Amino acid sequence: MFFTYLRRELRRRRKAALVVASGLALGIALVIVVNSVSSGMGKAQDKVLQSLYGLGTDMTVTKAAQPQASASDRPRFQFDAQDGDSEAEQSTDRVLVQGFETLSTATVAKVGKQTGVSDAVGGLSLQVIKVSGQFTRGQVQQGEGGGQEGAAPGGQGGGTGQPQGEVQGGGADFDVNNYSVYGTDVTEPALGPLTSSKITSGRTFTSSEKNAKVAVVDSAYAKEKKLKVGSTVTIKSVKCKVIGVATADSGDAAANVYIPLTQAQTLSDSKDKVTTVYVRATDSQKIDSVKSTIQKNISGTTVTTSADLADTVSGSLSTASSLATSVGKWLSIAVLIAAFLVAGLLTSSAVSRRVREFGTLKALGWKSGRVTRQVVGEAMVNGLLGGALGIALGLAGAYVVTAISPTLQAQLGGGGGTGGGGGFGGPGRQAAARTLDVALTAPVSVTTVAIAVGLAVAGGLIAGAFGGWRASRLRPADALRRVE
Amino acid sequence: MYELKSVAKRYTRGKETVDALVGVDLTIADGDRLVIQGPTGGGKSTLLQMLGGLDRPTSGEVVLDGTDMAKLSEARLTKVRSENIGFVFQSFNLIPTLTAQENVETALVPLGVKVKERRERAAEALRSVGLGERLGHLPGEMSGGQQQRVAIARALVKQPKVLLADEPTGNLDESMRDEIMDVLETMWKELGLTFIMVTHDSSIAKKAPRVATIRKGRITVKENAAS
Repeated sequence: MFFTYLRRELRRRRKAALVVASGLALGIALVIVVNSVSSGMGKAQDKVLQSLYGLGTDMTVTKAAQPQASASDRPRFQFDAQDGDSEAEQSTDRVLVQGFETLSTATVAKVGKQTGVSDAVGGLSLQVIKVSGQFTRGQVQQGEGGGQEGAAPGGQGGGTGQPQGEVQGGGADFDVNNYSVYGTDVTEPALGPLTSSKITSGRTFTSSEKNAKVAVVDSAYAKEKKLKVGSTVTIKSVKCKVIGVATADSGDAAANVYIPLTQAQTLSDSKDKVTTVYVRATDSQKIDSVKSTIQKNISGTTVTTSADLADTVSGSLSTASSLATSVGKWLSIAVLIAAFLVAGLLTSSAVSRRVREFGTLKALGWKSGRVTRQVVGEAMVNGLLGGALGIALGLAGAYVVTAISPTLQAQLGGGGGTGGGGGFGGPGRQAAARTLDVALTAPVSVTTVAIAVGLAVAGGLIAGAFGGWRASRLRPADALRRVE
Repeated sequence: MYELKSVAKRYTRGKETVDALVGVDLTIADGDRLVIQGPTGGGKSTLLQMLGGLDRPTSGEVVLDGTDMAKLSEARLTKVRSENIGFVFQSFNLIPTLTAQENVETALVPLGVKVKERRERAAEALRSVGLGERLGHLPGEMSGGQQQRVAIARALVKQPKVLLADEPTGNLDESMRDEIMDVLETMWKELGLTFIMVTHDSSIAKKAPRVATIRKGRITVKENAAS
């Protein structure tokens, strides 16, 4: 009887039922979309932060670079004057420690011993500037009217001051190749900048390759330089064999070339030096206290957590994230409250129109509880219908967002986190502001669907409570009064 | 058997008070047939509500088979209604979305009768009022007379001790009125129940063995020799 009565009543009042269900559906769909977009924002931010840190890294320890004191600190490139007609290519490269002041490897060990630190590994960020090219001597042409004797740049210039001819041709053709190299601790593959990339070809380092002349190259760099597994990368005359190609998860790699840490230290004359210490905490909930401990015990260093980095994220990703968490959240709540109220008032109003019906049932001996259950049951079905409709709408909305995948820009600025150029992991990451493009997705989790179902049930119960309360207070005598 | 002792009912609306019943004393024996008459607003329906356990008196006792209904809890009163009292209303008061059979079944729901038995008894009750062919019809698909027959079947399906009818022919034309009265009279005789009916119709009142008249809340009862 309960279900028959319920089904028939809902069919009779399908317009009202549709209004109630639609209101709830709208609210629930909004909750799903806002939730999933927020989740997508979170994932996008995680992706951005992961591209900086690598997976599993909770914080980095660095030391801010000192300002360069004089021009003598800048790299200098010297080329020999060449004889006569020689057009041989000259090449010279410099390997420089990038971005940070170096820390000794003893610091890595010291960090690793701090309370709350699970693991700590060092990395050395380098920049290689390679200049290569050739000079071409200019030709002196004798002219009738007397030309001038010139000199090719870098060539044998000078003259007598007597106009005897002019120099034609000559010059210099040099190419500057600037790329980043990262020295990684091959014994700790689970920590460090390479964890933000996936090996898409070949393999990664093995722990036995501590000082091997091997390299893993970033896929974008490999494509640009036509490198593949088996190719050779020459860094300061050291030929490293490419053993793997890595593709960055966020499309922005930590470095162009990764080599074993010891090899990097040798190449840059930085024996036992690192630029960054990657730290994993024993408990992700205690990162702040670990940060404080390290800062207290290892002076002069900058400790940067992912939360610090998150604060530096701005741009459309940050704006959209704020919108989703503030406007989206409040809009969802407002729509839900409105939907609940409308559902409650419509149910209550429906009970008012059925006073005689419920009064008659009570006169026949139906207990108040049974009548109330009938009303609540109808409201619950309305709520569940609204929930189903809302979940379908919400899933469709989330699917559309994922299908469109709008690109959001994440600007990572402020010199790399907390004061003094603290620690972004990889080379090329010390720029004052860096922009990353992240595609927004709207993943719908089981929790989100569970919340939606919960809201549908809550909506039904709230509406049912309005109507049920009225129905329970109804006196059976009303049924007879209505017919007088 | 009903025994009403000094029953009074006073309604208060704001500062205004209305005495719907004043010192009503009435005895109705089992199997009796009583017609209640009186002007509109005189207290007829209020008396019927007291007899049906739908309302409680302000003072006095409404005793049914030795139990004062005025003192029963709401749950007990509901139980008494579901087991012992059948109602027939002027406007039929059928559930518009339920079929004739389902409407009759609603009277058996509070008694906890199993679905199969409920259906069988409802169908039988409808057959007994001449609606065996209309089991699956909705109230909207039936005439007023047929709807009132469904209401009578609903009132009687649980085999109550008492049948209370409030203007059962008030919304029907003359031929329908006679038809319904025939059904009610037949049922009263066959089932031996106590039948109390409120009506404005003098022709119906003339046929009743006892007629109670209520004016301004006060009751007078007279035996009808003609019946």
